[in-house]
Amino acid sequence: MNFLLKRMKKIEPLFEKGGRFEKLHSVYDGFATFLFVPDKVTYRGSHIRDHMDMKRTMTVVIIALIPALLFGSYNIGLQHTRAFGINDWTLMNMFWFGFLKLLPLIIVSYVVGLGIEFIAAQIRGHEINEGYLVTGMLIPLIMPIDVPLWMLAVSVAFSVIIGKEIFGGTGMNILNPALTARAFLFFSYPGWMTGDAVWIEGLTKGGGLDGFSGATPLALAKLDGFSQMPSAMEMFIGTIPGSVGETSTVAILIGAFILLVTGVGSWRIMLSMTLGALGMGLLLNATGGNEYTQIPAYYHLIMGGFAFGAVFMATDPVTAAQTNTGKYIYGALTGIMVVIIRVFNPAYPEGTMLAILLMNVFAPLIDHFVVNANINRRLKRVKTA
Amino acid sequence: MPTVIKLRKGLNIKLAGKAEKILLPEVAVTRFGVRFTDFPGLVARLEVQEGDRVMAGSVLFHDKAFPEVKYVSPVSGVVREIIRGEKRVLVEVVIEQEGSEKIDFGAADPLKLTREELMAKLLQSGLWPVLRQRPYHIVASPGAVPRDIFISAFDTAPLAPDIDFALTNIHGGHLQTGINVLSGLTTGKIHISEEAGGSRATEMMNLKNVVFHQFSGPHPAGNTGIQIHHIAPVSKGEVVWTVDLQDVVAIGRLFDTGFHDRERIIALAGPGVLHRKYHRIKPGASVSGILKGNLAEGNLRIISGNVLTGKKISPDGSFGFYDNMVTVIPEGDYSEFLGWAEPGLKKFSYWRTFVSKLIPRKEYVMDTNLHGGHRAFVVSGHYENVLPMDIYPVHLLKAIIAGDVELMENLGIYEVAEEDFALCEYIDPSKTEIQEIIRSGINLMIKEMN
Repeated sequence: MNFLLKRMKKIEPLFEKGGRFEKLHSVYDGFATFLFVPDKVTYRGSHIRDHMDMKRTMTVVIIALIPALLFGSYNIGLQHTRAFGINDWTLMNMFWFGFLKLLPLIIVSYVVGLGIEFIAAQIRGHEINEGYLVTGMLIPLIMPIDVPLWMLAVSVAFSVIIGKEIFGGTGMNILNPALTARAFLFFSYPGWMTGDAVWIEGLTKGGGLDGFSGATPLALAKLDGFSQMPSAMEMFIGTIPGSVGETSTVAILIGAFILLVTGVGSWRIMLSMTLGALGMGLLLNATGGNEYTQIPAYYHLIMGGFAFGAVFMATDPVTAAQTNTGKYIYGALTGIMVVIIRVFNPAYPEGTMLAILLMNVFAPLIDHFVVNANINRRLKRVKTA
Repeated sequence: MPTVIKLRKGLNIKLAGKAEKILLPEVAVTRFGVRFTDFPGLVARLEVQEGDRVMAGSVLFHDKAFPEVKYVSPVSGVVREIIRGEKRVLVEVVIEQEGSEKIDFGAADPLKLTREELMAKLLQSGLWPVLRQRPYHIVASPGAVPRDIFISAFDTAPLAPDIDFALTNIHGGHLQTGINVLSGLTTGKIHISEEAGGSRATEMMNLKNVVFHQFSGPHPAGNTGIQIHHIAPVSKGEVVWTVDLQDVVAIGRLFDTGFHDRERIIALAGPGVLHRKYHRIKPGASVSGILKGNLAEGNLRIISGNVLTGKKISPDGSFGFYDNMVTVIPEGDYSEFLGWAEPGLKKFSYWRTFVSKLIPRKEYVMDTNLHGGHRAFVVSGHYENVLPMDIYPVHLLKAIIAGDVELMENLGIYEVAEEDFALCEYIDPSKTEIQEIIRSGINLMIKEMN
């Protein structure tokens, strides 16, 4: 590796100010610090620093996403065989088919998103932020597999520029960037983001089996098609139509385990959001109202994007509430909102995305109240003294 | 038996190189220095020039804002150099030690003196700066009467010296006198915080006029700032003082003998030191004496103080005014291939993303590498885990960055010092210079309040 290090050091001056490629400095720096943790030493404050950095933080999240990614790939193949009546594919066939379909989405997401990040970092004179490494993986996983690549590219550009960079980049954004991308497509091109066909590879072009419906469990529930809903077990394992990474609660739970064991994800948000949704579901079970209110409350946890949202989206530390007390409130309200939107909103079958985005907006307000309580405790001390 | 205040938040950093409890005799050095940067916020006025002869206790400079606060020479000799930095800002007064003349400030029984007389003696003898105040963690302002005085009898910082050992070995018998001086300065109590379950040095056993408190928990439980927060927090408008236990002895010595003598027992520790022992040293003494023939191979960083809050000094640099240890660790000026992705068997961390959490070692060699690049604040909920105070660290830091004085005040700027936030800085994956931000916030408060 010394050879590589020497080469890197040798070309470094080209990217410095005044060098031939100074406009590519952020790109060079991004790759150089990826390969080698730099030889920078502390010069003020604490002389020793933890080995943890943003790259490692983000890597943990990406590792946690891998089970959902792998299962998602397999499920693309599986749903395709079901829709088109293919009987002779092995598990590997299905996985490989799905993976090759998913790969272009991942590539487009990373190329467009990282490209913008590199430019933004260069303009600001910052180092490249690693945040997009996670966002870029999340975006393909919350898309329908048949989404056109150009749309994906546009939504990524929208979310990175409008959703993040204009606020000041990673760490400053208000809305979860991945969900911003999805919401952008959801409202701009609803035909590609909803309905029964988009969830299954190739179905939008027609040619599916007669009578086959690619409807997601959520859509079925919405349309009172409870009899056709898959079993709870199927929904838990994830062999159902849906966005690429969201279907398998099992795979997502493995990811949740990784996030919780490493302490990178917030257990407070995951727990309170689950309890919020479950509580709201039970409340609706008790009060009734329409047929949808009568589905078992735990269905809300395994249908649609709830699990994925609770584990990977609502927990985004930048856009979630930042105080520990605030996290409980934020999570619980998100869970409650998911169920309310699902059950009572006539237009949207899924509520997770909108619930999280809505609560992203309210997160600073929640923190404000929590921090104010702290301030009041301190002021009270002065008055009583 | 007082109740134990149990702290759960914090982190004990398992740095290798603890000092053995063996005290070595004082090593003679001729270079002494008083560093201006040891006193944050101080604007000094020099009273000596290069070439002047001084005695132990002669005034070198005073505080511009409080001219009665004097800073004196620790030894007798000649002012060899007045080091200035950029824009001619004062850095250090260097004294070449010669002879042993010392000023006799006169012995006196503190119990028979008025508050004004006690203060006058401390100010005149140059021992006043050992008293530091909260808010701001700066040299106590002579204008204010402290509500209480706080003393920590244990240090939880990495490789910190055993204060009981120091107290047992220091040329003693002055502790009670020192306490008596302090009692005359405050209208409140003198609080001494001990480690729960720890032994009490004999000197401390029969101490009168003090209130003992017991703390348990990881670093920073030994910081006076944390202890004050849990015993009786500083609110707006209040002032409390803190003083190092060995300096209480020095105050006692002044009143018992009449001389300014801040001799202390310190630890020489860290993976970069060959013989890690305790030493007898005067603040300001060049560390070259205790480091001679004692350093490991390689590029090393010498720190006056502990690794979290100490100052980087040169191999013949001066031992800091408030410090109680010298730490030497390897410099981290190397590049590590894919270091961020390494499992981390040998890497100590707060974070559970390292194998070292599963298979912990007793101690770890640590260096000065930053281990990453500067980023915006991203993670949340972790800084709180290493700050045992009812304070929202990130919100306070952001208020400081925004320069919002009222919000800083509301979020507790009066209660904190940079040392209390050192662990937040240590664990931060965004590599923010948190201690520096806290100090700049404090400086802003001082400016706004005057």
